[in-house]
Amino acid sequence: MTDYNFAYLDEQTKRMIRRAILKGLAIPGYQVPFASREMPMPYGWGTGGVQVSAAVLTPDDTFKVIDQGADDTTNAVSIRRFFQKTAGVKVTEATEEASVIQTRHRIPEQDLRDDQILVYQVPIPEPLRFLEPSEVETRKMHALEEYGLMHVKLYEDISQHGAIATAYAYPVKVEGRYVMDPSPIPKFDNPKLEMAGIQLFGAGREQRIYAIPPYTQVVSLDFDDYPFEASKADHACDLCGAEDSYLDELIVDDEGGRMFMCSDTDYCAGRRKQGHVGAQGVPYAEDAA
Amino acid sequence: MQSLALEGGFQNAPTDAAHAFRSIMTAMARPGEISRVDGATPPAPLSVATGVTLLTLCDPDTPVFLGKSVNAQEIIDWITFHTGAPLVEAKDAMFAVGSWQDLTLDDFPIGTAEYPDRSATLIVEVPTLDNTGAILAGPGIKDTSRLTVPDIDAFQTNRQNFPLGLDFIFTCGNRLACLPRSTRVS
Amino acid sequence: MYVAVKGGERAIDNAHAWLAEERRGDSSVEELSVAQIREQLKLAVNRVMAEGSLYDPDLAALAIKQSRGDLIEAIFLIRAYRTTLPRFGGSNPIDTEDMVCDRRVSATFKDAPGGQVLGPTFDYTHRLLDFKLAADGELGKCPKAESSDAATPHIMSFLDREDLIQSEPTGPETPDDLTRTPLELPASRALRLQSLTRGDEGFILGMAYSTQRGYARNHAFVAELRIGTVAVEMDIPELGFAIDIGELTVTECETVNQFQGSKTQPPQFTRGYGLVFGMTERKAISMALVDRALRWKELGEDNVGAPAQDEEFVLYHSDNIQATGFLEHIKLPHYVDFQSELELIRKLRREAQSTLQEAAE
Repeated sequence: MTDYNFAYLDEQTKRMIRRAILKGLAIPGYQVPFASREMPMPYGWGTGGVQVSAAVLTPDDTFKVIDQGADDTTNAVSIRRFFQKTAGVKVTEATEEASVIQTRHRIPEQDLRDDQILVYQVPIPEPLRFLEPSEVETRKMHALEEYGLMHVKLYEDISQHGAIATAYAYPVKVEGRYVMDPSPIPKFDNPKLEMAGIQLFGAGREQRIYAIPPYTQVVSLDFDDYPFEASKADHACDLCGAEDSYLDELIVDDEGGRMFMCSDTDYCAGRRKQGHVGAQGVPYAEDAA
Repeated sequence: MQSLALEGGFQNAPTDAAHAFRSIMTAMARPGEISRVDGATPPAPLSVATGVTLLTLCDPDTPVFLGKSVNAQEIIDWITFHTGAPLVEAKDAMFAVGSWQDLTLDDFPIGTAEYPDRSATLIVEVPTLDNTGAILAGPGIKDTSRLTVPDIDAFQTNRQNFPLGLDFIFTCGNRLACLPRSTRVS
Repeated sequence: MYVAVKGGERAIDNAHAWLAEERRGDSSVEELSVAQIREQLKLAVNRVMAEGSLYDPDLAALAIKQSRGDLIEAIFLIRAYRTTLPRFGGSNPIDTEDMVCDRRVSATFKDAPGGQVLGPTFDYTHRLLDFKLAADGELGKCPKAESSDAATPHIMSFLDREDLIQSEPTGPETPDDLTRTPLELPASRALRLQSLTRGDEGFILGMAYSTQRGYARNHAFVAELRIGTVAVEMDIPELGFAIDIGELTVTECETVNQFQGSKTQPPQFTRGYGLVFGMTERKAISMALVDRALRWKELGEDNVGAPAQDEEFVLYHSDNIQATGFLEHIKLPHYVDFQSELELIRKLRREAQSTLQEAAE
């Protein structure tokens, strides 16, 4: 890949993305339009995150990619390889060792430090999109801080289901101003959006970048009588026994038997290395992982 | 054009710019935090930090306004050669460079309600830059931080326009710190 | 006992190896060359160049070979390559008035200077499978006419002389570039045309067809359809004049549409415009119809709520690379968000059932 520039994108493109990132940080939660480029991977597969990572990475970085919390999912592997080739960066599966983490649909279980950057892949950045399909209209709503439609939707959920029927991509309000889509993370992850690290969100196909600086106030929308609740499956991880982590559900036999395991594979492996064993787990062995 | 204009750029643009951007981004994400940058040597009186910021963020797509104290032929040549940025009046600027006295804040675009990002970023050369003086609070700051800022009222007025407003990069030698519109200054 | 499996890396490598083998197919059959694709599947090459926004027949042919004939995949390869190319400058606008036409037809005038030239068209072929092609490709002789230096003026210029066709305001010196600036609405006509010319042929065709069937009908006549080569010129500041840097084949379609008028203004025809790389006339005609439909606001027409009038709908959904990527991404893992829905629906059902039970007791 020596024919390509450092981190694939040309310098002018990176400057354009970098300017958008700075604006995003200055106006937390606001979606900055940017001229997303065609990347050598499909739209919808993380091109926004990849462009943001390309603009942020330096040759000194250690890069981690997770999809659904796991480092070994095929698309995470594919993106990690892309930057290994085009930027020559070190890669890791350990959350602790990573300086830049690109993610799809999860926030790592382990708290991020202030020298870590989390880059989200975002499919639909507009939290109001499924209530109002027109971009012209939703942009107006953000300008006027007119978020009544969202509250009506959440309220209708309550009257129909007795609870807010949004389980992922749960909308948040950033620093008391912009309603923001945190990308399709489970609402279990929402409380972690207030963190020490820098969070950058890239939506390639929709041409938007947004950001949450460290320690920014991020509030999940709710009502006094129906407060927000970060929920997960009511189980412990069957591999490592963790009770505080988000779980994947697996169907393990023809009778529909289930087991649960940490979606964050690095977190799970770390616990198993420390000697934790879940109900169906085996003691950690180096070669098994 | 003097040969001086051709010098003082990045040695290796892709990696120099990557390092510089990380420093600038970290500073913008953590208002008040002072970052060090290097890799550019612009003509005086521009500081290294201003030079690096211009090379990292500016190009033919970003109109730049030059304040009186830096509006010299040597500097114009340097910026034009290394970035290709067009030089414009304050009202059309995406970036501005100058001393605090050079820049009249009301002259710059602060964005629109629908596109608050269509606003100027001011690169301000300051004589001193350290973590004393005004108290900063807001996004990116754990509790509060401190920074020597050239004024307080002006930043309070700027904050009142949020989400519209100007963003500031203060430069001093090879160091810089940022003050985005979201920061409350007292 | 359960041991978590890993194997993403190896699975990808193996999938790629298998793909390469499938691409080649039966190795006892001779391999297809890029030159063969370029010369003999020219219309596929043209579509890839048009929707890939890159005029390079060799690369388009290579992309078709690499993508096993999946044209959207080929367009994607070209787009991704195009993004990495440095820009040396902008050419002057091409002048289709000076086109050397291979084909030029007008549906509005029986004859006009430059004449009606049918060119290499499928139009009057009977769509009967030609089994001779399955055996060999021997050509009959194609008669050749003397080339002519006579000008081929645009048909529209004759309507313009009578002031019968609306004149178009000159746009900005350099219009925005769709591939360099984010699309913002309302979009200028220049941006709309850029979007339509690289839009998916099937999508634009469907939109155009819908206008013909009454969803914002605009009574289009093909004033002129011309296909041929045009010179590309670039100003060289150091020289102080423009030089020829190459030539392109393009298809241009101008439609003349229903007229406008008011008490103060005598009626005039309006126009739709299509211009597409290569010999791509279905696309160029479709583009002209959709362009015309999108102009309802500037021409003072009613928005009848037709899809082809909805700029946001058309521009946001015409790009097949965006569409295919997002459509296909739903096959990627969604364990995490699905899991959160599973938990929620189980909880809601539990609560609903206990409420029902309480009511029954």
